[in-house]
Amino acid sequence: MDRKQYCVKLSVQPSRGLMDEKFIVLIQNALPGSQLTIRALHQCEDGHSWEAFGHYTADTTGTINVSEDPSIGGTYSGVEQMGLLWSFRPIPGSKSGLRMRKKNIQTPMEVTISVYQGHQTEGFADLVPLSGVAVERWYMAPGVRRIPVTEGGLTAALFLPSGPGPFPGLLDLWGGGGQLVEYRAALLASHGFASMAIDYLTAKITMETGKMVDNQYFETAYRVLQQHPQVCGSKIAMIGLSFGTSITLKMAVYSEVIKLSAAVCISGSHVQPVDGSVEEILRFFQKNGEKTRFSEKNEVIWRDLLLPIPTDPSLKVNVGRLQCPLLLVVGEDDQNWPSQESALDIKEMMARAGNSHLLTVLSYPNAGHLIEPPYTPHARSSTLKTVEIEEKVMCLWGGQTVEHSRAQEDAWKKMVVFLRENLYGGRNPTSFSHL
Amino acid sequence: MTQAVPPILSITPSRALVDEKFQVLVENLPPGCPVTLHSLHHSEDKDDWEAYGHYVSDHRGVVSVTEDLSFGGTYTGKEPMGLLWSMRPVPGSREGLRLRKINVCTPMLVNISVHSGHEDFRDRTPLASALAERWYMAPGVKRIDINKQGVQGTLFIPPGPGPFPTLLDMWGGGVGLLEYRSALLASRGYVSFSLDYLRSEHLSADVEFKYFETAFNIIRNHPQVIPDRVGILGISLGSTVAFNLTAYSTIIKPRCIVCISSNHYHPPGTTLKAGFKILSKHFHKAHFDENNYMSWRSFGLDLIADPSNNVEVGRINCPMLLVNGCDDQNWPTVETAEEVARLLREGGKEHLLSRLAYPGAGHLIEPPFSPHFRATKFIILNSKKKGQFLSLSHILTHTST
Repeated sequence: MDRKQYCVKLSVQPSRGLMDEKFIVLIQNALPGSQLTIRALHQCEDGHSWEAFGHYTADTTGTINVSEDPSIGGTYSGVEQMGLLWSFRPIPGSKSGLRMRKKNIQTPMEVTISVYQGHQTEGFADLVPLSGVAVERWYMAPGVRRIPVTEGGLTAALFLPSGPGPFPGLLDLWGGGGQLVEYRAALLASHGFASMAIDYLTAKITMETGKMVDNQYFETAYRVLQQHPQVCGSKIAMIGLSFGTSITLKMAVYSEVIKLSAAVCISGSHVQPVDGSVEEILRFFQKNGEKTRFSEKNEVIWRDLLLPIPTDPSLKVNVGRLQCPLLLVVGEDDQNWPSQESALDIKEMMARAGNSHLLTVLSYPNAGHLIEPPYTPHARSSTLKTVEIEEKVMCLWGGQTVEHSRAQEDAWKKMVVFLRENLYGGRNPTSFSHL
Repeated sequence: MTQAVPPILSITPSRALVDEKFQVLVENLPPGCPVTLHSLHHSEDKDDWEAYGHYVSDHRGVVSVTEDLSFGGTYTGKEPMGLLWSMRPVPGSREGLRLRKINVCTPMLVNISVHSGHEDFRDRTPLASALAERWYMAPGVKRIDINKQGVQGTLFIPPGPGPFPTLLDMWGGGVGLLEYRSALLASRGYVSFSLDYLRSEHLSADVEFKYFETAFNIIRNHPQVIPDRVGILGISLGSTVAFNLTAYSTIIKPRCIVCISSNHYHPPGTTLKAGFKILSKHFHKAHFDENNYMSWRSFGLDLIADPSNNVEVGRINCPMLLVNGCDDQNWPTVETAEEVARLLREGGKEHLLSRLAYPGAGHLIEPPFSPHFRATKFIILNSKKKGQFLSLSHILTHTST
């Protein structure tokens, strides 16, 4: 081996970062003009391995800076500072339909980043890298505390930022797959919001009684959050993705108990039987089940179930009565929900009602349904087991990887700014240059 | 019910290596508001250390420790890292404390908070706070206890395939085995071996010399080490070992040596401990300052005036970096460095020598942003701190060539 290449120096700064922080990947001391591959490897909790890599050429000083230099091949190309994370895909030979989601958010995501001689595309396991470093990506900032919540029959987890507080609060809801999904709430707590992730489809009480939760469940969650000594009870927002949007809009408009300072709705719709319980809403979707389509790869497309957007007001949340700012995040290639059509209809309804000054729509071309925190890999489709169907299906979410990843990064930044302004006062503009 | 929504304090990055900078930012304050930024650390020895600076928020209600000026506290002026390096024991603590991390596998936790007002800021609960983790070990660095052929110490290996350039790391007298510098060096890509060389009493100078040669060879032969890229890093008494080994060994050839607060006093045929005993016979000549702290500088000068007491550094044939604090009161390290330069010049080997000298800095030149100690229980007298920020990066540049 070339002795000079022994000392190729690879560094990633910071080596321990939050999931939404950027890092700088730098190679120094390489042979000027040499071709190198930078590869990231991650083994997730369920044992599957993921990889991403870029092809680079060292400059005349023997340096490669991933934030400034272009990748000319690999799982991403061009100047992509965070490409080694967002372009992760299962290693060759993995089973199909995988999706990367962290369950235990108290430990970091561990990524190994290595540099190889030449422009490699496969067989990495048999190659010896020139250099390698370990990088940690955390959902929880130091000092953030996780508190399980079972009060009032809830299945939830509260994440408190470090410090005396009081902090504005946030209720965090995911979609039809159920489970207690904590990572977004943990990350938002790292940004100063007391965030409660709620399981409302597979809650302990549902698993034990076989009955879906009712509207009071959400109001209980709100009350528990509001009454917490470290929460600023008059500043609570709600964030929902997919089916979580349905709940968020319903609560924002109709609940006598829940008074939101702001709402964020990602990849969802306002179409639902007004005044319906969770169970009734799910049955409404199932009734339209024959509108399910399939792609050539036999992936399930559910976006048509709620189309066309009804004109009947009893089938749509009356967003004209909304009294708090609303941020809608839409992927224009969403194959799972008609989020774009819904957003347009919401805009019209609010314009007619005179409260459209409350609405902001972020609409992203070629982004799919699963708009998640930034730098997490895009899944165009994955296997899903919803609470409605017993067997697993391959669900088409949509989106093209590059545009979807940009959408995730942009939407997250704007979401955090939106929440900061509406929950922390917004009297002084704040800067987020580190995001 | 209305509660005031508090300001937001953020530390970026919140998890970092100890030699990395961070940015402390407070937002959402009222404009033109006097506040105090306060850092607090509860040490492994169960002492509390703190630093603080007085600031005023701008028209946007923002205080940036990186950009703004502190008007008082434990540091003043524009000091992005002042909340770390100016830390000192809280009022009422015991005397002569020193902040050194023994368990390098866990981070140092620093709580940074913002309080309203300047005077008596302590009387009020903080408006906001955040926690920073300061690590000596980067992810993936391996820590291995070594006990081989009588040699004891701790080895730190960087992540990656290797092999790596390597350092034999030696601390000074009066301390146990300190690992934090080695851990940090491994985090920067060097295999680093923190050698325990003062634990046991060696029978003779020869036996002691062999201990060091054996240690060097064990490291040199390690599969993760590039055998012809092993250097020696020593501070204080450790620098004496570095000089001694490099000048006289026929077996080992360090690629380079770095001596911090250099000391070449080593009467021939004595072990280090025996040498120290000779030194202690001169304590009655020690100078005591107005605080009754002890300085060995003046009698040290007398001792090294006799060249037969010293290592013949003119014999050294590898590149050398000497780092000194010009205000070193513990040992005449400045004079030592001058003497080394002179001897090398006489031998036509001046090109091997690089020197860094820091005005106002003392004897204990440590990794950056750690608090400095004017005096500590065992040893020394020190002054200001600036020296240590720059020397680590110089050392690393020096040893990577």
